Amino acid sequence: MFIPFLVAGDPHPDVTIELALALQEAGADILELGVPYSDPLADGPVIQRASSRALKQRMTLPKAVELVGFMRKKGVKIPIIIFTYYNPVLQLGEESFFALAKENGVDGVLIPDLPFEESEPIRRVSEETRVPLISLVAPTSKQRIEKIASNAQGFLYCVSSLGVTGVRDTLPEAINEFLAEVKQYSRVPVVVGFGISKSEQVRMLKEHCDGVVIGSALVQKVEELSERLSQEDTKQEALNEFRRYAQMLVSPLGK
Amino acid sequence: MYNVPNENGRFGEFGGKFVPETLMLPLEEIERALEQALADASFRKEYMHSLREYSGRPTALTFAENMTKQLNGARLYFKREDLNHTGAHKINNAIGQALLAKRMGKKKLIAETGAGQHGVAAATVAARFGMECIVFMGEEDIKRQALNVFRMKLLGAQVVPVFSGNRTLKDATNEAIRYWVQHCDDHFYMIGSVVGPHPYPKMVREFQRIIGDEAKEQLLEREGKLPDVVVACVGGGSNAIGMFYPFLEDGVELVGVEAAGKGVDTPHHAATITKGTKGVIHGSMTYLLQDEYGQIIEPYSISAGLDYPGVGPEHAYLASIGRVRYESVTDEEALKAFQWTAKTEGIIPAIESAHALSKAFEIAKQRSKDETVLVCLSGRGDKDVQAMMNYLKGESDRALVGH
Repeated sequence: MFIPFLVAGDPHPDVTIELALALQEAGADILELGVPYSDPLADGPVIQRASSRALKQRMTLPKAVELVGFMRKKGVKIPIIIFTYYNPVLQLGEESFFALAKENGVDGVLIPDLPFEESEPIRRVSEETRVPLISLVAPTSKQRIEKIASNAQGFLYCVSSLGVTGVRDTLPEAINEFLAEVKQYSRVPVVVGFGISKSEQVRMLKEHCDGVVIGSALVQKVEELSERLSQEDTKQEALNEFRRYAQMLVSPLGK
Repeated sequence: MYNVPNENGRFGEFGGKFVPETLMLPLEEIERALEQALADASFRKEYMHSLREYSGRPTALTFAENMTKQLNGARLYFKREDLNHTGAHKINNAIGQALLAKRMGKKKLIAETGAGQHGVAAATVAARFGMECIVFMGEEDIKRQALNVFRMKLLGAQVVPVFSGNRTLKDATNEAIRYWVQHCDDHFYMIGSVVGPHPYPKMVREFQRIIGDEAKEQLLEREGKLPDVVVACVGGGSNAIGMFYPFLEDGVELVGVEAAGKGVDTPHHAATITKGTKGVIHGSMTYLLQDEYGQIIEPYSISAGLDYPGVGPEHAYLASIGRVRYESVTDEEALKAFQWTAKTEGIIPAIESAHALSKAFEIAKQRSKDETVLVCLSGRGDKDVQAMMNYLKGESDRALVGH
């Protein structure tokens, strides 16, 4: 599976919809839509900058969820996962958030700063609304892997290496063993993210997992193209370039 | 009986561990090491030894005789954390965490600092215990606090400028956490206040309670009874928890003083408990300054040491159960207290501490002569004299930052 990541509202909410359509054409299986946050602890500089740009567009959690509804109307059919930090969810209210997500056709929710131990109340709401809460496991999870993996819903997100989101030249050598261990306990597809930015990495990983998440590499491309994406006469060409770039990255998946 | 946090790190509904999954194991390791260390007499002995021999504890308890006369009210005492090595209470915690890091076999420290006091304390203990130290500091704070940056470098620390956000403490903390996520296998993250995910708020409290423990004993000896009121300033709140904790079960009136900046009715303040709402910041559920969508709002205070949008979760809890009263003092009131303390008692306090002093003077005036008011003088004002000089010359507020 190819799971691309975009920041809602970067560089503009309407453009986010068009980027999502381009990714769907490029063969995306699931879209991860990031909600911009003022203090994104799990993110590296690329996504931090994208978040700042989107916040300047006055993007908020409810607006990002509603953007999914607009994407549906514009023809985005693939599943969409909302990626948000916990505090915006807490302020909107956990129940209101899941109800709004359901109403707008959101297929899952991922909260990177809500570890298993803190997630019980939200898990209940997620089960009631049948919008899965996606869990993460990290290379440091060790004895926690079994607990997290056996409770996973939707798919299980494996953090490839120590660190925040961002392009990495190399992935750790032990990654295959880590993925094998996770797969042993998981009843849902196992996908890998954080640092995947090259088609060689995708080729190396594809035998060991069910999907790859590509975030910073695509968001960086959006940043490079943002001026052209924001002007009517250059937009289509920039969208095509974005689509081709995404296709090139995931070509080892046979997309 | 007062017994928080629980095993999940909760102070009532506050606290917890809201961090990326990668940090859960490092936090559990610290938690385990802390519990073992606190139960180990040899660790406590080593900690107390460093406090005595290196930091200069116990710090004095000073009767503010001249002020007491002029205020014509309660008897006023200062707990002199300004007399510590490096000039503030921050060193108590830095020594404790460095010894714990050493016990865990970690030789590299990560710290964040707003104005520099915790950064200097971290750099100091790193030098003392033979460790490497990397300090994250907002680029704006680096400009405002050149002297402390130089001190950290002299002590051998690497100071990393942070360019995100407003380039101040909040952003330095985010960056320190991000760096820790990447290097958690061999680095120890030394947090400077009673904030962050469990076990940090508890750990920092344990290393700062020495302030209240000593003060209680010293005041009992001097006055033959407990104080009637205890006052301390609150940014993240480490000196305040250190001071309050030993008095929590004694029925003593406790007052935390937040920075009201240009006034709590303006957008320019750091009065988190007075004006904040419940939310999650830097790994912990607490009160914070945020907008309706949960985006964190930058605080303002003349004192960079109080300029933080959150507050320790234990303070949020103590406010919610009504055990501690939290009030606020403006920049102007703090600066008046700063000058009056210097002229009247020959003590130049940190601007942070001047917030607590201002409130303490107001309280002492209203109380009878047989009552006592104890103030935590959390640090000395050497770092603030330049700011004061600029203020007295009538320069802009911008130049008026704390340490």
